[in-house]
Amino acid sequence: MAERRDVAVRADGLTRAFGAFVAVDHVSFVIPRGAVWGFLGPNGAGKSTTIRMLCGILSPTAGQAEVLGFDVTRDPERIKRHIGYMSQRFSLYNDLTVEENLAFYAGVYGLSRDEGRARAAEWIARADLRGRERLLAAALSGGWKQRLAFGCAVLHAPQMVFLDEPTSGVDPVSRREFWDLIGQFAERGVTVMVTTHYMDEAEHCDTLAFIYAGKIIAMGTPDEIKQTEMSGELLEVATPHYAEALEVLAARPEVQDAALFGRTIHVTVADSRTALPALRAALAARGLTVDRITPVPPSLEDAFVSLVERPGGPRQPGGGPEAGRRG
Amino acid sequence: MNLRRLRSIVRKEVIQLVRDRRTLVTIISLPIMQLMLYGYLSNDVTHISTAVFDESRTPESRALLSAFANTTYVDLRYYATSFDQVQRLIDGGQAKIGIWVPPDYAQRLRSGRTAQVEVIVDASEPTSARTVIGLAGGVGQALSTQLVVQQAQRLTGTQPNALPVDVRARAWYNPTLDNVNFIVPGVIAIILMFITTFQAVTVIVRERELGTMEQLVVTPITGIELMLGKVIPLVVLGYVQITLTLLLASGWFHMPIKGSLVLLYALSLTFFFSTLGVGTLISTVSKTFQQATQLAQLVLLPSILISGFVYPRESLPRALQVIGGVLPLTYFVIILRGILIKGVGLASLWRQILPMVAIGVAVFAVAIGRFQKRID
Repeated sequence: MAERRDVAVRADGLTRAFGAFVAVDHVSFVIPRGAVWGFLGPNGAGKSTTIRMLCGILSPTAGQAEVLGFDVTRDPERIKRHIGYMSQRFSLYNDLTVEENLAFYAGVYGLSRDEGRARAAEWIARADLRGRERLLAAALSGGWKQRLAFGCAVLHAPQMVFLDEPTSGVDPVSRREFWDLIGQFAERGVTVMVTTHYMDEAEHCDTLAFIYAGKIIAMGTPDEIKQTEMSGELLEVATPHYAEALEVLAARPEVQDAALFGRTIHVTVADSRTALPALRAALAARGLTVDRITPVPPSLEDAFVSLVERPGGPRQPGGGPEAGRRG
Repeated sequence: MNLRRLRSIVRKEVIQLVRDRRTLVTIISLPIMQLMLYGYLSNDVTHISTAVFDESRTPESRALLSAFANTTYVDLRYYATSFDQVQRLIDGGQAKIGIWVPPDYAQRLRSGRTAQVEVIVDASEPTSARTVIGLAGGVGQALSTQLVVQQAQRLTGTQPNALPVDVRARAWYNPTLDNVNFIVPGVIAIILMFITTFQAVTVIVRERELGTMEQLVVTPITGIELMLGKVIPLVVLGYVQITLTLLLASGWFHMPIKGSLVLLYALSLTFFFSTLGVGTLISTVSKTFQQATQLAQLVLLPSILISGFVYPRESLPRALQVIGGVLPLTYFVIILRGILIKGVGLASLWRQILPMVAIGVAVFAVAIGRFQKRID
């Protein structure tokens, strides 16, 4: 039982089908207590479905999972008492004020009136909502709404929070502040499972899992993912003629993958030392001026693109259920 | 059942209800509007425009016509000079009744023969037509009786002190046969049913459409707490409604309140359980608010027609009577009429109360069962 104390989530072959469509396909992972665990993947890959099963509101079709030591199918109600959940829709009552929203969720989690009031006041201060207590939630803009929704989800001091795309549709400054809040929670030992589309946010996580078409295709720390999941080395090509250059590069035999990356091109090659002069020559032959070609460390986005576009489709991770504990 | 959780749901629902001005205005104005409409529209057909073609022009014919006019159901508005004119007036809708007194009317009466009078009724609107046909027969009977008695008197020289058969109908509970007294208790029941059912649908489906239901299901709140928390404010709202309608009905339409208000309020609660239960069931099978309101109308509108509110249940085909027998509304209308108009109590109404309570409890129990805290 020692493990229970350091494991927040253990999923084992967790599967959910909707009719013939398998949304989540035998997913296994372990989230250690106190970790910030990032769940990445395109829309419809199965992120939300997995979270819903872990929160005990959607029953798995196969496999099992434990959250904070409780089984998701047998004990969903006990799980609910100790977790917080925030969906991308910021499920607030628009016709209730900031204070009323917080008070409502405090009551729903069984806090006494005084306790709820104290924690709401604390959150209002922490989330920079002061002066807006009497405003209707409808009148708040994205960032405020998001922090209020987060407050509603964590007012009862849960041991674990599930955040389903908490930063979608929110400005960059608010996103940054929001990750600071997440960091504060993690420091206090709260486990965080968060899904996101933003690769820069993913860098904040201790462990990442990529889910694609219902399957986890990679798992590890951000650095591990960048290094191990890239099948080759990465070159960054800066050129004013990036459209033509991309065409030329993609046609080269030594290039495994070429993709636009901002205003540059990221080229994946097996060996950068041999490939670099060849590519430079090929571009020069077409009369395309090149500002520079340099080896760069892969970003998460490169890793993700490489994972998804790997010939023969994404492969299964070798790590198994314990892979998540590497970080 | 955790009272803290229940209380926070109730408080939230009340805030939302009070803050939703548009709904609040609708909820308050609906009973006023309905009562006014039904109260006035249901008034009996009187003063029907009538065209007369009196070819007899005798004291006898004038006596006949004034017998009609005295009933107040007809207004002798047009005196025509030809039968064609009467027909044109009825065709054109200016008159709904035509009375033709033939030229030999008085002569025939005087010579002891049967005198014919023709009453033409525009039966494209059956309710008034039926009233008039009954009325015309009655006027004829009354006049005939009077004449027969006079004749007998003349022949025998004696005064018959009584008619052989004297049927006296007594209109109990509603001696003036005032339609308002029949309609208003029904209107009260309908208003309560509509508002409580629709509000139940609204507060549940809205939560789902906004995505807040998804948030609620991950909290420790139980299905029963959530449902009761939503229903309790609606029961209070229902009581506000019933009080408002009763005040209006008795204050404005002089509807009597003969029985026990305590009993009425107590029985209303079981009625609310059934309507709120139906609302909850509707919202559990509907995906969107639009679907839910359409389904609610599909359920509520026919139940109004077969509950005995507008049409007496005895006039319905057998199958509809049976269906009406499982509608709480059917019993509640009878109960309301019983308490308000007849002033009767439990002793007379238990036959209605038992099924209504049973149905209400059953529906509410099924609703609680169906109201799952899951989203799949």
